[in-house]
Amino acid sequence: MSGAALLRRLLQVPVVLLFIYVTTVLLLMATPGNPFEAGERPLPPEVLAAKRHQFNYDQPALERYFWTWPIERLLIRRDLRSHWYEDRTVTEILAVSLPVSLQLGLFALCIAVLGGTTLGVVAAARRDRAVDYLANLVALLGISLPSFVVGLVLLITGCLWLRAVPVGGWGRVNQIWLPGLSLALGPLAYITRLTRSAMLEVLAEPYVQAARAKGVGRRRLLFGHAFPNAFLPVLSYLGPAAASVLLGSFVVEKVFAVPGVGTHVVESVRNRDQTLILATVLTYGALLTLFQLVVDLLYALVDPRIQVGRAGR
Amino acid sequence: MRGAPSAPGGMARRPRRGRLHGPARIALGCLLLLAAASLLTLPWTARLMDAQDLARALTPPPAGIGELAQTPLIDWLGRDANGRSLLVRCLYGGAVSMAFGLLAAFLAVTLGVAYGLVSGYLGGGVDGLLMRLLDVFQSLPHILLVMLLSISLQPRLQQLLPAGLDRWANFLILACAIGAVSWLTMARVIRGQVLSLRGQAFAEAARALGCSRRRILVRHLLPHLTGPILVYAALTVPSAILQESFLSFLGVGIQPPQATWGLLAADGIGGVNPIAFQWWLILFPCAFLSVTLLSLQLLADALRDALDPRARRARGGGAV
Repeated sequence: MSGAALLRRLLQVPVVLLFIYVTTVLLLMATPGNPFEAGERPLPPEVLAAKRHQFNYDQPALERYFWTWPIERLLIRRDLRSHWYEDRTVTEILAVSLPVSLQLGLFALCIAVLGGTTLGVVAAARRDRAVDYLANLVALLGISLPSFVVGLVLLITGCLWLRAVPVGGWGRVNQIWLPGLSLALGPLAYITRLTRSAMLEVLAEPYVQAARAKGVGRRRLLFGHAFPNAFLPVLSYLGPAAASVLLGSFVVEKVFAVPGVGTHVVESVRNRDQTLILATVLTYGALLTLFQLVVDLLYALVDPRIQVGRAGR
Repeated sequence: MRGAPSAPGGMARRPRRGRLHGPARIALGCLLLLAAASLLTLPWTARLMDAQDLARALTPPPAGIGELAQTPLIDWLGRDANGRSLLVRCLYGGAVSMAFGLLAAFLAVTLGVAYGLVSGYLGGGVDGLLMRLLDVFQSLPHILLVMLLSISLQPRLQQLLPAGLDRWANFLILACAIGAVSWLTMARVIRGQVLSLRGQAFAEAARALGCSRRRILVRHLLPHLTGPILVYAALTVPSAILQESFLSFLGVGIQPPQATWGLLAADGIGGVNPIAFQWWLILFPCAFLSVTLLSLQLLADALRDALDPRARRARGGGAV
């Protein structure tokens, strides 16, 4: 990868982040009402004035949204409080809940990549046999079923019938399996389809036939020769997969009562909790953008034909 | 000149298009059945979906055939915590969910096709810029933006709509918001196709004859794109319904006086507990939703295998 291309790709990160931030701020500014002024019990004017001062509403909007909140209070002083849970700063809220969501998401991503590629390779190797049909069925179910349906099915069979795992909650090892699985099934299905069709294409290439003619064993042929090339589409899907796993965890967290970011996101949106919304959107935007950057760099490293920063991935 | 040469090609392709394989045929049947049930009963379900009968709250569905014959049709799927008929609510919610999917997919397809056409046809610097922009759009956290769009624009739309329609403001905004984040793949596919089409002889001929840019795009290029457009439209409908159910399940999508399958499932999740397991509240909405989504996906896959040149090249390999 040339230096200019790398620089261009790196410069894209702050542009995307700024775009996300500006969009969010514009949408928030267009949202009528705020947590202090709308409500059943109107606050006394002195209290309202104090609240407005506490959250910098006495400043012009531009200064508040682009300097005081994100830079001065969120990054430097770290005392930006949530509008709704006023006893906690947004940093504290995210510091407690984000690791939970991230663990769940990464666990699901690992299952999806390992399971999806294995299933895809096996399905392509035994095309039109029972395993292939099974893999296609899993892929179809995973792509079309919502994660909460999968989660509920797992919950009812695993917890209420078999009583093998606890119903919900977080903290013990056996509490991650069901939410992880139901979160992983969607991306796993995509990865299975991607791997399978890429493997079928690669297996028809002359170099694979040459290797077979040379007498390379079946396993080595599949995993040593064909799979590395068939993995490229999966690698480029990892960015969207991470997005689907991280954002999809909101629903799974609700089903399994996992104390992640999900409840905070929903509550902040419902209560027009501007500070918490801004902080979560920025955090998730940054996470996804950085992950996509890593994937793109890896892609260029793995396949030197790819030029990073050119149109069309 | 026109009739004769094109006939063999058309003849050769037609049997492929007309054929629906076993699973796709079943899917089409399920879908038609569900759509007919939801739409034809709409005059009744729209009136009855909020009708409460608190005395019969949480009545389970009849167990066994004998009991089924004795209960009125309206109680076949049981009643919810407010004594509303689950059958009526599922059918009504189905009509709303399906209408939602169609509306959002229509918006996404229109946006994506327009963007792809412009980007692919103009090419050069404009194309580069538009594709960069698409990369930026692609890396946004879409679900979060949809939530924000719906809370910020909904009150405004509510004021604009006449009194009887304001309960639909939520529906419209959400459909627009989901449509507005689902067109990215469509735009990429269309752009790629246009890039390869615009260099071909017929496009150059049209240009040489002095056709305007708009005429070339709409009359000469667009008809060649019906295949991919149909395929991606068919894929967008289930994904829009999926996202709607996701948001409604979380409680930030369609709001309660309305009913959709996602919302009904969210209502039913309280019934999943080991003490008093109200299984019907969760089973039926999830079952309706799952069957619809599975059927739509199967049909879309079949359509792609039949129409999309890329999938055919992958030897029916079921490209994603």
